[in-house]
Amino acid sequence: MRDTWDWMVHSPVFLVLLTLVGYRLGRELRDRTGGHPLAQPVLVAIILIGTTLSLAHVDYADYRAGTELIAFWLGPATVALAVPLHRQARRLRGFVVPMLMAVPVGAVVSIATSILLVRICGGDELLARTMAPKAATTPVSIALSEGIGGLPPMTAVLTIVAGILGAVAGPAVLTLLRVRDRRARGLALGAVSHGIGTSRALVEDETEGAFSGLSMGLTALATSILLPLLVAVLL
Amino acid sequence: MITGLTWLLACQLVGEVLVRLTHAPVPGPVVGMAVLFLLLHVRRAGEDATVVRAADGLIRHLQLLFVPAGVGIVVYLGALRADAVPIVVALVGSWLAGLAAVGWTTVLLERFLASRGSR
Repeated sequence: MRDTWDWMVHSPVFLVLLTLVGYRLGRELRDRTGGHPLAQPVLVAIILIGTTLSLAHVDYADYRAGTELIAFWLGPATVALAVPLHRQARRLRGFVVPMLMAVPVGAVVSIATSILLVRICGGDELLARTMAPKAATTPVSIALSEGIGGLPPMTAVLTIVAGILGAVAGPAVLTLLRVRDRRARGLALGAVSHGIGTSRALVEDETEGAFSGLSMGLTALATSILLPLLVAVLL
Repeated sequence: MITGLTWLLACQLVGEVLVRLTHAPVPGPVVGMAVLFLLLHVRRAGEDATVVRAADGLIRHLQLLFVPAGVGIVVYLGALRADAVPIVVALVGSWLAGLAAVGWTTVLLERFLASRGSR
């Protein structure tokens, strides 16, 4: 009985199922609350799954290995963001120059304020290096964190939290900041909250979602180039 | 569905190979996104294209794909608590600064270019 239970809670079948059920409940909650910003499926799923794993004494490393099947599709899903962009392609006209200037500005601001705020609030250099790449999407921020001597798995967590922050509060904050243009809103959300922000943007408006996806890609590129330079200057 | 997913994986593979050959500092899937964008553009793909339907299906559940990495937060709860102040201030502060920087820069440049164009 005990052996079977141990086998079950560590098997990919259980772990993938748990993930799908957690996500499904998250979507259910979002629909039931009429799309309340706090009811982001990813957030609800993380809380439910995290609780279940600690109750069942399953290590995170085992969970991560068992759900590789799900994480694998993040790559193809990133490629898939070309589709909303293709639908909005004509709206790129007259927007290329603002976009190509705003994204690097955003990357510099994200990296520099991460490092400076960590240091000002008494965090050590390791934390600053771990925080610095968090605006880039997960596979990129993890690789960058490794390159500059941060803690890659913790960078992944900080990146996801930044994404959830965008999904929860991004649209409301942009309205407060008086950014009304759909393209500018998408660009801003994708630049700080990558794919998770993009998924919220797509729910808000197709244009916003398309530009958020594009911004996520450009931000990954800008962060990769600018991060080593800024780390060398600021740390 | 399978044909569409095949296209997505093929674009990703082309992206990953290009990145490795050129040592470009970009993730392979992002280059794959650019490759698919060009393909869709050249072929003038419509809503009925298999790749379009597969892409919509995957994107609808984008949040699901972040769950495995996100659950990692349970491992770092202790570390997060120990360094709570710098982590929360830097994460929220820098997120807000980045959001405002991109939003405002874009809007100002759009206005500037529009006023120059209309003159």
